Amino acid sequence: MSLNDFIQAAFFLIVVFLTVKPLGTYMAHIYEGSPAGLNVWLAPFEKWIYRLCGVKTETGMPWKTYAVAMVLFNVLGILAVYAIQRLQAFLPLNPMAMPAVSPDSSFNTAVSFASNTNWQGYGGESTMSYLTQMLALTVQNFVSAATGMAVLVALIRGFIQKQMNTIGNFWVDLVRSVLYVLLPLSIVFAVAFVSQGIPQTFHNSAAAKLLQTAKDSNGKPVIEQDLALGPVASQIAIKQLGSNGGGFYNVNSAHPYENPTPVSNFLELLAIVLIPVALCYSFGVMVKDRRQGWAILAAMFIIFLPCLWAGIQIEQQGNPLLDKLGVDQKASDFQPGGNMEGKEARFGIVNSSLWAVSTTAVANGSVNCMHDSLMPLSGLIPLWLIQMGEVIFGGVGCGLYGMIAFVIVAVFIAGLMIGRTPEYLGKKIEVFEMKMASLVALIPHLFILIPTAIAVLTVAGKAGISNPGPHGFSEILYAFSSAAGNNGSAFGGINANTVFYNVMTAIAMFFGRYWLAIPMLAVAGSLSAKKIVPTTQGTLPTHTPLFVFFLAMVVLVVGALVFFPALALGPIAEHLMLVKG
Amino acid sequence: MILAQIRPAIVSFVLLSALTGILYPLVVTSIAQSVFHKQAEGSLILLKDGKVAGSSLIGQNFDDPKYFWGRISATSPAYNASASSGSNLGPTNPALMDEVKARITALKAADPDNQTPIPVDLVTSSASGLDPHVSLAAAFYQIPRIARVRGLSQQEIKILVDQNTRNRFLGLLGEPVVNVLLVNLALDAYKK
Repeated sequence: MSLNDFIQAAFFLIVVFLTVKPLGTYMAHIYEGSPAGLNVWLAPFEKWIYRLCGVKTETGMPWKTYAVAMVLFNVLGILAVYAIQRLQAFLPLNPMAMPAVSPDSSFNTAVSFASNTNWQGYGGESTMSYLTQMLALTVQNFVSAATGMAVLVALIRGFIQKQMNTIGNFWVDLVRSVLYVLLPLSIVFAVAFVSQGIPQTFHNSAAAKLLQTAKDSNGKPVIEQDLALGPVASQIAIKQLGSNGGGFYNVNSAHPYENPTPVSNFLELLAIVLIPVALCYSFGVMVKDRRQGWAILAAMFIIFLPCLWAGIQIEQQGNPLLDKLGVDQKASDFQPGGNMEGKEARFGIVNSSLWAVSTTAVANGSVNCMHDSLMPLSGLIPLWLIQMGEVIFGGVGCGLYGMIAFVIVAVFIAGLMIGRTPEYLGKKIEVFEMKMASLVALIPHLFILIPTAIAVLTVAGKAGISNPGPHGFSEILYAFSSAAGNNGSAFGGINANTVFYNVMTAIAMFFGRYWLAIPMLAVAGSLSAKKIVPTTQGTLPTHTPLFVFFLAMVVLVVGALVFFPALALGPIAEHLMLVKG
Repeated sequence: MILAQIRPAIVSFVLLSALTGILYPLVVTSIAQSVFHKQAEGSLILLKDGKVAGSSLIGQNFDDPKYFWGRISATSPAYNASASSGSNLGPTNPALMDEVKARITALKAADPDNQTPIPVDLVTSSASGLDPHVSLAAAFYQIPRIARVRGLSQQEIKILVDQNTRNRFLGLLGEPVVNVLLVNLALDAYKK
C-alpha cells in the first residue's frame, strides 16, 4: 500500500465518520416525528398523501399487519416493474425504440429491484427505455430502500416500547423515508453528479464521427460512435444512496458516463455507505443510549478495515503471470500499477479496491471495476463480505436489522456462557426471538449453497460459466451469494441472462429479502409486547469493547465460516494454482 | 387485515411512483440542463462545423502508430459506446495471457526500438471498454513512436501530453491520467 493509497482510503473514512452524527441524528428525528426542518415544511404534503391513501397515522399496526402491508406493497412493485418492461415498446420515452424485455429477464429484474438487490442480468443502455429506467427502476430504487428502513424502524420500536401490541405504521415509515431522507439527498447528489459529467437528458443518443476509422468483427469499417445518453444522474444518485446498485449502463459505475471523475467516484462511494452507517447512530439515539449505536458500528469496522487493507494490498501487487511477460506493474508517480485488468485508469487500484470492498460490505452491488478480474484472494473478500449476511453496514435498514439479529444471537450465546437470562436493551431475549434471529442468520446460507450446488450439477447451470477452472465455480458461487445477500454485484463474466439463472437467482433474491424481513418484524412485535427489565449488576453490558469484539466474532463464526469449504473450492484453489505457477 | 391495506398500497404506490419516477427525474433534469448544460448532454466535443467529434469522457479506438493508443476495449466493435462491457477475464484465464501477449506484440511491432517495460494499463482491458484515459507512464511510453512517425520532437509531443493530463483532484483523489482522444485531436491540429 503506497502512501497515496493510504491517504485516499483514510480521507474517505474520515469523511464518512464526520457524516455519522449529523445524518444519524436527523434520521432519528424524522422517525420519531420530532421537528427537523423538512418534516415541518412538507408536513401538509405528507398529510395529503395519507389522506388520499386513507391511512390513519396515529393507529399503529400489529406486526402481522405491518408485514402484510410491506409484502403487499412490494408485490405491487414487482408486478409494475414486470409490466412496464414487457410493455415498454408501446410506452412513451423510448427514443431508441427498445423492444419488450423477455419474460424471464423481466421477472428477474422485477424481483431484483423490489428486493433491493439490483442484480443486472441485462445491459441497461441496450435493453431499457428511458421510461423503464425512471418509472420502473428508479421508483423501486427509492421504495425498496424505504422498505428496508421501515422494517428497521419497526424493529427499533420493539426495543423502545413497553407492553404494546403495535410496531408503528408501515405507510408512515415508508413515506417518511422517501420524502425526508432519500429524496432530498438524491436531488443534491444528482446535481453534483451532473456537474462532474454524468448525463441527464431526454435526448437520443449522440452520434460522433470517429477520429480513426475502426473495423467491426466482420471487417466492415465503422466511422461513427453512438454515445448512449439518458436521464442517468437522477438514477445514479438513488442507486447509491439506497444500497440498490442497479446502474443505467451495463458496466455500472465503471462507465465513464456513470462515474466520470475521481470526484464523482468519491461522492458515489460516500453515497454508498452514508445511510447504512448513519442509521447505526440513529439506532443509538432512538433507544436513548448512543453507546449502543457506536458499539454496533465499531463491530462492523473491526471486520471492514482488515478486508479493506487486504483488498488494496493484494490488487496493488498485480498479477504474477503478467510479471513473467515483462509488463511493468510497479506503482510509481506515473502509474498506479497493480492488477489493471478490468479497471479504469482514472480510478487505479486504491479507488477500485475501496469500492469493491465497500459495495459488498454495504449490500449495494454497484461496481467501478470488474470483480471477475480481481486477483483470486481480493475477489474472495467481496464474496465473503456478502456471505457474512450483508451485515457489515449492509443495505439501508436491512443491514442493521440483520446485524441486530446477530446481536441477539451474540447476547444469547454470552448469556449461556455466564448463566444468565439473555437481555438486550432491557428486553428479555427468549426462545421466540432466538428462533427468528437464527432464521435470519441461516436462511441466506440455504439460498446460497443449495442453488450453487444445483447449478454446478446441471448443464444449464454450467453453461453460464465464462472462465475455466476454479474461477468458473467462483462465478456461480458469487452469483447466488449476491442474489441471496441482496447485493447485486457479480463476477460479471457469468452469462446469467438465461431462463435458468433468471429464475434461480430471482428465487434466491426473493427469499433472501422477505424471509429475513418478516422474521425481524415478528421479533419487533414480540419485543414490543414485553416489559422493560431494569438494568442490574447481573446485566451483560452491550457497549463494552469486550462485547463489540465478541459480536464481530459471532458474525465471523456464524455468518462466514460456513462458507469456508465452498471458498476453498473457488478463490482459494485458484490462488494456490497461481502461486504454484 | 389484508383488505384494509389494499387501498393504501395502491394509492401510495401510484403517488410515490409519480413523485420519484417522474417528478424527481424532471426536477433534476431541469436543474441540470440550466446549470450544467454541456455535462448533462454528455460532454460532447464539438468541431467548428458543428459536428460531434466524440465525448471528452468516452474513449475511441486507436491502433494507428501515429496516434496514442488507449486501453484494450472488450466491447464489440472496440469502444462501442452503446454497449459497454469489460473483458471479465479471470486472473488465471489463458485467454487473458493471449490478450496481453497480442497487445505486447502489436506495441513492439509499431516501435521495435523501444526496450522499456510496457506499463500495465496499456496491455489490459478497461472495466467499461470505453476508458478515455491511460496512465502517464502509458502515454510516455508511446512518445518516441509518435515522434518518429510524425517527424516531431519528443519534447513537442510531451507538451501536448501535459496539456491533456488531468492530475489528482486537489492532489488527493484519483490517479493522474492522459485523455487519449483529446491528445490525439491535439496532435492532428498541431502545426510546427
